[in-house]
Amino acid sequence: MTISISVENLSKQYRLGVIGNRTLYEDLNRWWARVRGLPDPLAKIGEVDHGNRADGLLWALRDVSFQLEQGEVLGVIGRNGAGKSTLLKILSKVTAPTTGQIKMRGRIASLLEVGTGFHPELTGRENVYLNGAILGMSREEIASKFDEIIAFSEVEKFVDTPVKRYSSGMYVRLAFAVAAHLDPEIMVVDEVLAVGDAAFQRKCLGKLSENAGEGRTVLFVSHNMAAINRLCSRAILLDRGTMIADGPAAEITAKYLSGAAEEDGARNWNENEAPGTEEVRLMAISLYSSDEISKSVFDVNDEIFIRLTYRVGVPNTSFRCALIFNTQGVIAFASVEPSEMARSEAGLYYSILKVPAHLLSESEYSLNVSVFASAGAKKHYVNLRNVINFQIYDSMTKPSARGDYTQNLLGIVRPMLNWDISTTRIEP
Amino acid sequence: METKFATEKWTDVIKPQRGWFDWRFRELLRARDLIMLFVWRDFVSVYKQTILGPLWYLIQPLLTTLTFTVIFGRIAALPTDALPDFLFYLSGSVVWSYFAECLNKTSSTFISNSNLFGKVYFPRLAVPVSILISNLIAFAIQFALFLAFAVYYWVVGSEVAPNWSVLLLPFYVLVMAGLGLGFGIIVSALTTRYRDLQFLVRFGVQLAMYATPVIYPLSSIPEKYQLLIIANPMTSIVEGFRYSFLGAGSINPWHLLYSFVFMLISLAIGIMLFNRIETTFMDTV
Repeated sequence: MTISISVENLSKQYRLGVIGNRTLYEDLNRWWARVRGLPDPLAKIGEVDHGNRADGLLWALRDVSFQLEQGEVLGVIGRNGAGKSTLLKILSKVTAPTTGQIKMRGRIASLLEVGTGFHPELTGRENVYLNGAILGMSREEIASKFDEIIAFSEVEKFVDTPVKRYSSGMYVRLAFAVAAHLDPEIMVVDEVLAVGDAAFQRKCLGKLSENAGEGRTVLFVSHNMAAINRLCSRAILLDRGTMIADGPAAEITAKYLSGAAEEDGARNWNENEAPGTEEVRLMAISLYSSDEISKSVFDVNDEIFIRLTYRVGVPNTSFRCALIFNTQGVIAFASVEPSEMARSEAGLYYSILKVPAHLLSESEYSLNVSVFASAGAKKHYVNLRNVINFQIYDSMTKPSARGDYTQNLLGIVRPMLNWDISTTRIEP
Repeated sequence: METKFATEKWTDVIKPQRGWFDWRFRELLRARDLIMLFVWRDFVSVYKQTILGPLWYLIQPLLTTLTFTVIFGRIAALPTDALPDFLFYLSGSVVWSYFAECLNKTSSTFISNSNLFGKVYFPRLAVPVSILISNLIAFAIQFALFLAFAVYYWVVGSEVAPNWSVLLLPFYVLVMAGLGLGFGIIVSALTTRYRDLQFLVRFGVQLAMYATPVIYPLSSIPEKYQLLIIANPMTSIVEGFRYSFLGAGSINPWHLLYSFVFMLISLAIGIMLFNRIETTFMDTV
């Protein structure tokens, strides 16, 4: 087999925020930004501390090396800030590494986002040509695949309608269809499959595995362990910029899931780094039970409180918070605040979600947090995946859904339900 | 060990920094379909969002010229090398606006495309080059307008005397495009670090028009200051254009050569800076 990608001692360093000013000009620039009330223009990565930064430097990737054979499908997993996106960005030539190099054989196409460069005023047909060219196809190539692309996207009737009139589903389908027909030797895919409806997702996954079958090398980044297991033969696990495991996908995803619960049940952001927009910023998230001490491991008998603390920067912004509970590679459920609310004064506010005891299963969960408006102006203020992880265990000291059954109880939820069991026979 | 026998066949190597002279023109050439699609997108999207569409290409220079004619021609009564006021200002503003538009639009390449650049790689120079070409469409329309007026004035008997140097038109356009691109991408590379430069540029281009013989002929400048105006690489282009098509003003091969060399140097510096910034700018924007 031939090697199609060789990543050699790849490192990427970002210089952070206020520490380590190099030139007077930068200082002037920062000063000027403060005067205009804009955030520090030189600060990078609005992320929490993952422990891989020192002296205002962040090693987003450190000494990563691996090789991929032609036709291999590699899953890249790791927590947020582990370096997955940085790796993809370097592979896609969007940014250059600090040291090390990547050698490649064949044309590479990266799908860091679908619909890159779509112009709302142009029709579906026009955007297919434009987007295809941006992704690296020639005009003849697009023309020869045009019908196939349109058929795959299922938007035949609207080919000559400006895409601004498309539903978001149609938009994403068309965008993915273009990307899926690129026919590169190497394909880099970043969670684009998290979009679209379930049926279309299956179709995309199908297209990707078909690609892999044709001898195409694929790098696939996802938080969806089920998808990784299904698509990839091999996976690597990144943690704080370094590669900590490389092996068969099933083994690596299991390792990732078991290591995911080592956090302490709370995350706080400082003002400069808090995720969100001017309107609303998420300042903290913490998990605790009735004793109000934040923790990341709970008994099935515990009620779990999830407290979101956020700063409202622009009064009268309507929004609601939502939490998505992920476990075992799928979404267990989502919970949203029942209505959108606006606060008349800027400042810190909180929302607490109470998760009843005996709902979650014995498993690791991770939370996605969204703060968004969908009623009037549609906008996402905060949209974070796998912000925090926690674990549910069963101490078996109190009554629970398992009764006296001690073996593994399957499922992503474990509600306490009533069984009506007849003790006298209803028929002989 | 497996890599050893195959190293010579790598099709692409991603390295920390590119050399200063690694300009990758071939890559840009391969992206010509993309460049033309960008041109077409800019043209179509502008045209789809307005009622008057491409008519704007005509309205803009007409209004500018009218303003110049009233203010500089009638009120300030500046000399126009014996040409009709209107034609004199129209020639100046058509030529100048091509250069100015090229510079203004290319100077925001990184900032206005940061979203696109952050997601997918293609030769970044495709964007500023496409801007030059879409502005060329506008220039062609405006140039046709200018020709129409030139013919009209010639018919009514004004002193309009085109000559063989009209063949220099492609040269004029080349130098203007090159200068606009060169300065534009220098600024665009610098604005990734210092955003305020962008505002400075718009303002600076406006001021630079007054240091170019757009609203006055070079001959009206006192001898001792002429060198100062000639040092501006756009001077010989504007003057030359007017001489070629209208027969007024001056044409000096040395001045034209100076502009050409100036263009090459600014373009080279621009491409070097642009390529340097291209690989790392996503970390700073």
